[in-house]
Amino acid sequence: METLILFSPLMGALIAGFGWRIIGEQAALWVSTGFLFFACLLSWIVFISHDGVTEQIQLMRWIESGTLATDWSIRLDRLTAIMLIVVTTVSALVHLYSFGYMADDPAWEAGESYKPRFFAYLSFFTFTMLMLVTSDNLIQMFFGWEGVGVASYLLIGFYYRKPTANAAAIKAFVVNRVGDVGFALGIFALYMTVDSIRFDDVFGAAPALANMQLHFLWSDWNAANLIAILLFIGAMGKSAQLFLHTWLPDAMEGPTPVSALIHAATMVTAGVFLVCRMSPLIEYAPEAKTLITFIGASTALFAASVGLVQTDIKRVIAYSTCSQLGYMFVAAGVGVYSVAMFHLLTHAFFKAMLFLGAGSVIHAMHHEQDMRNYGGLRKKIPYTFWAMMIGTLAITGVGIPLTHIGFAGFLSKDAVIESAWAGTQGGYGFWLLVVAALFTSFYSWRLMFMTFYGTARGNQDTHAHAHESPGVMLFPLGVLAVGAVFSGMVWYGSFFGDHAQVNRFFGMAEPHVEAAGAGFGEQNSHSKDESKDNSSDDATTDSAQTSAALAFGPAPQGALFKAVDNHVMDRAHHAPTWVKLSPFIAMLLGFVTACWFYLWDPQMPKYLVKHQRPLYLFLLNKWYFDEIFEIILISPAKKLGRFLWKRGDGDVIDGTLNGVAMGLIPFFTRVLGMAQSGYIFTYALAMVLGIVGLITWMTLSGGGF
Amino acid sequence: MIQTDLIIILPEIIISVCAMLALVVSVYSGKDALASRLVLLTSALFVVMALWIGNSGGESQSAFGGMFQDDAYARFCKVVILLSAAAVLVMGRDYMLRTGLLRFEYPLLIAFSVVGMMVMVSAGDLMALYMGLELQSLALYVVAALRRDSVKSTEAGLKYFVLGALSSGLLLYGASLTYGYAGTTGFNGIIESTSGGQASMGLLFGLVFVIAGLAFKVSVVPFHMWTPDVYEGAPTPITAFFATAPKMAAMGLFARVLYDAFGGVIGDWQQILALLSVLSMFLGAVAAIGQSDIKRLMAYSSIAHMGYALIGLAAGTAQGVQAMLVYMAVYVTMNLGTFAFILSMEKDGRPVTKIASLNLYANRAPTKAIAMLVLLFSLAGVPPFLGFFAKFGVWSAAIDAGMIWLVFASAIASAIGAYYYLRIVYLMYFGEEVDEALNGGGSPVLWGVLMAAAAIMVFGIVNLFGINGSAASAAAALVN
Repeated sequence: METLILFSPLMGALIAGFGWRIIGEQAALWVSTGFLFFACLLSWIVFISHDGVTEQIQLMRWIESGTLATDWSIRLDRLTAIMLIVVTTVSALVHLYSFGYMADDPAWEAGESYKPRFFAYLSFFTFTMLMLVTSDNLIQMFFGWEGVGVASYLLIGFYYRKPTANAAAIKAFVVNRVGDVGFALGIFALYMTVDSIRFDDVFGAAPALANMQLHFLWSDWNAANLIAILLFIGAMGKSAQLFLHTWLPDAMEGPTPVSALIHAATMVTAGVFLVCRMSPLIEYAPEAKTLITFIGASTALFAASVGLVQTDIKRVIAYSTCSQLGYMFVAAGVGVYSVAMFHLLTHAFFKAMLFLGAGSVIHAMHHEQDMRNYGGLRKKIPYTFWAMMIGTLAITGVGIPLTHIGFAGFLSKDAVIESAWAGTQGGYGFWLLVVAALFTSFYSWRLMFMTFYGTARGNQDTHAHAHESPGVMLFPLGVLAVGAVFSGMVWYGSFFGDHAQVNRFFGMAEPHVEAAGAGFGEQNSHSKDESKDNSSDDATTDSAQTSAALAFGPAPQGALFKAVDNHVMDRAHHAPTWVKLSPFIAMLLGFVTACWFYLWDPQMPKYLVKHQRPLYLFLLNKWYFDEIFEIILISPAKKLGRFLWKRGDGDVIDGTLNGVAMGLIPFFTRVLGMAQSGYIFTYALAMVLGIVGLITWMTLSGGGF
Repeated sequence: MIQTDLIIILPEIIISVCAMLALVVSVYSGKDALASRLVLLTSALFVVMALWIGNSGGESQSAFGGMFQDDAYARFCKVVILLSAAAVLVMGRDYMLRTGLLRFEYPLLIAFSVVGMMVMVSAGDLMALYMGLELQSLALYVVAALRRDSVKSTEAGLKYFVLGALSSGLLLYGASLTYGYAGTTGFNGIIESTSGGQASMGLLFGLVFVIAGLAFKVSVVPFHMWTPDVYEGAPTPITAFFATAPKMAAMGLFARVLYDAFGGVIGDWQQILALLSVLSMFLGAVAAIGQSDIKRLMAYSSIAHMGYALIGLAAGTAQGVQAMLVYMAVYVTMNLGTFAFILSMEKDGRPVTKIASLNLYANRAPTKAIAMLVLLFSLAGVPPFLGFFAKFGVWSAAIDAGMIWLVFASAIASAIGAYYYLRIVYLMYFGEEVDEALNGGGSPVLWGVLMAAAAIMVFGIVNLFGINGSAASAAAALVN
């Protein structure tokens, strides 16, 4: 069944991409969509029937080279199962949605066939994404990792006649390469130290890595920390975290369904998935965890602050995505991986919905994306309005405080913030996330108010022709709305409930007693197979403590791993009331401010812009990241490149080669041609000279006595 | 005792006796009328012998007091020699018939030279070495000049003879020096005299002269100069023969002498071989560029290829010998295919060897052009064809032996050499219309050999048809 899930998108991609001329355009679209819905159905079956025990399904022997032996196999555990439903569900809905959205794209002339290509790319993306999440070793993951990169590149640059789209595609690809260098180095380092890239081996070796030193660049590093940081750099690139985030807003050049699928729900969360997948290693890398938390929190705040002033509807949501990814990394960084996955899951629903809703608005407004030209669309596109409203309620985190009732984002975001409080002792990470929550609320409501309330601005013709989207576009919105409303409440317990529940969900062994004084009695009450796992886990722990443990232990059980001293989730559960209330208050503040600025006193933003111009420009220009990169990286690199091209390649290499190939060698050819005189005495002379030379050399080099 | 010795050299005896019987029968009966049938019979005999020797297996044994060695190494070389000689005979029959060269002496001379080659690769004594070498050479001098009415052919034969005599002189001088300092002509004795890892200067001089004599036979620089003239002057089937079996035999003898007799002083000859190898590779690559005749081009090509094969010997390890054997086997196969193509080059029923005549050949005979393309790419050592893996083998041997500079040099040489191989491809596919373009030609046999060789270049990469294993045991038998 897992194999079917994995390969049906590929089949769809191949048939739609190569076979559409044979089976026809519409048929190709339906085939690829049909395959995706099939995969989606199977994924849900797998998710619901999964019992938390890790399974490996070998597909084939893949690489055998020296000590590197690896299978191509599917690793099915809870993490994979979660990603399977996220990827296939969103992808299937986006396929369906694209029927409407891509129906009459003004970027193409009549008669041009672009839809099969689009669907083939989407399906191909889904296949590689599934490759990524089902991987059983790092090479396989890297394959998927690069595969989604390619698919993303192709889809961002889908409008290949538009120079900005091509530039954005290249930017996304290049920035991701920077992260990939880190990822690749991390894989190399793991292979060097563990001599295997299988997850099981790597996880088993993690305690030993914590006591190992590695020399890298200029100094010695702790192996676990170094590897975790290198892998995280890869995650940063893919998940658009600070410093490597610049590609994500530009990626909005792609069609909106692509933004929803790739740049909101699935591919960009691959970094989070990677960190969670590597949790057995990350748990032994305290410095790396601090770094992850720091970067995540900074990104959350940074992106949210930039989102405040953007006017392009898709860019607002893009920065919102960037910010929410920061939340996930904070949760992972403080060691509550289950919450990171929780937020990933809920975010996939509501962010995909926001994007598809935005797509619906854009579709209604004839591909107008500037919010300043919207306004008063509530009545014109009511279904879209309500979908966006649900999405906004979800992302801003509306719910009943101190209970577990609320929209999906309410539960997962509060869980993240509480974990951040517990993990950083109420420090940097926590406060940044709370402020970011305020910003999130502000820009989300700002988007709603600017789009759906007030008076119609911009081209009145466009407004007059604004129309509700067709059913194929509204149906996905409805499905995602269900997820955005209920996914938080349904799975709260599984991701952030009490220990036993979370551990059962992720198939983890019960490694340690409850921090909050549950006592030993509970542990003793576990069934006997769990106590058996206890002993194996204890062995791992012991070897971690005895520093000489170079013998790698078995991999810890389950999809996630928590070190014995990781009590962050318990502390988060027992956070003070003000901590639990803080995101809600932040949300309210943001909401009220947005109402004030965009409903009650629409002059206020202009006033603020006038009086806080430097701040406004700072935010509008995205903290000048692109400009700084341009000055310190891009332009020197271009100069160096131009120098090496003109001088190095052009003059030196081409010059030398041309000189040798067109001057020197023909010269020797002529010389040798003359030597080949045809006279027998010349030949004999050459032989005699040869033997003289050899004898002389033998005498001088002197082997004899 | 004599009985066991005779059984060991039974294949050689059978071929010799058959050849002499055929000689007598031919002289007293139909003379040249029998020639065509004799060619086929001879090549059939070669194939049978090759199968016999190839399947005989068994322990290494020696005959005539160590003069004649029969081991896995000798058997490997003999199989390659016999099969390639058989192939060349069949390939050239049609050509010889039409040019009126098909005399009954031709297959018999080839048979005698093959016997000489078989003795060469089995030699365990300087005497046996010289006997085999001269038997082979004498036969070859004659066949080189087979076309008596052609100035070029006679000139080629004469040049080959005079220079061959010079090289034999050098070899004999080396052999006598070796005898003088080692006190024996047997390889066993020679290697014992260097058992301390050191050899006297006189013995080393002897070694250098022997190497020079052998270098002439494998045509490496600076003892190569006869090659282009002889290749061009001799009738094409003879050239094809020159390029295949004798090369394998001389290379086999080369390794035999170096390891069996001078295996104690590897360090001393290693550098010489490396030097000869580099010179050959570069000269072969550079000089071939200026050629307009495809047979001359193949002469330089073979000079360069002998340089690559010598890398394996220069490595001085069993792995190197194995790589050299594989290289030679691949080289012979490539050359058989290429010469099958050259033999089928015709314009208005007359053989042509001008490279320019290949212009736009792909339009006229796409199948043959593509086969030739594969062979040329393989000769140039472009992956994924077999020629690349042959090179790769000798390179890995050299790298493992720490001779990285040699690999670098040969990589540069092969890059230069790629030019002239690929130029033919260029002409065949993107050339221009010329008057002298080929039209027609080629028999089914040639077509078959060409296609088979090309197919081997493509499909052989899977496991080299398993010859790696026999080459490994052959190398193990030699280097111990």
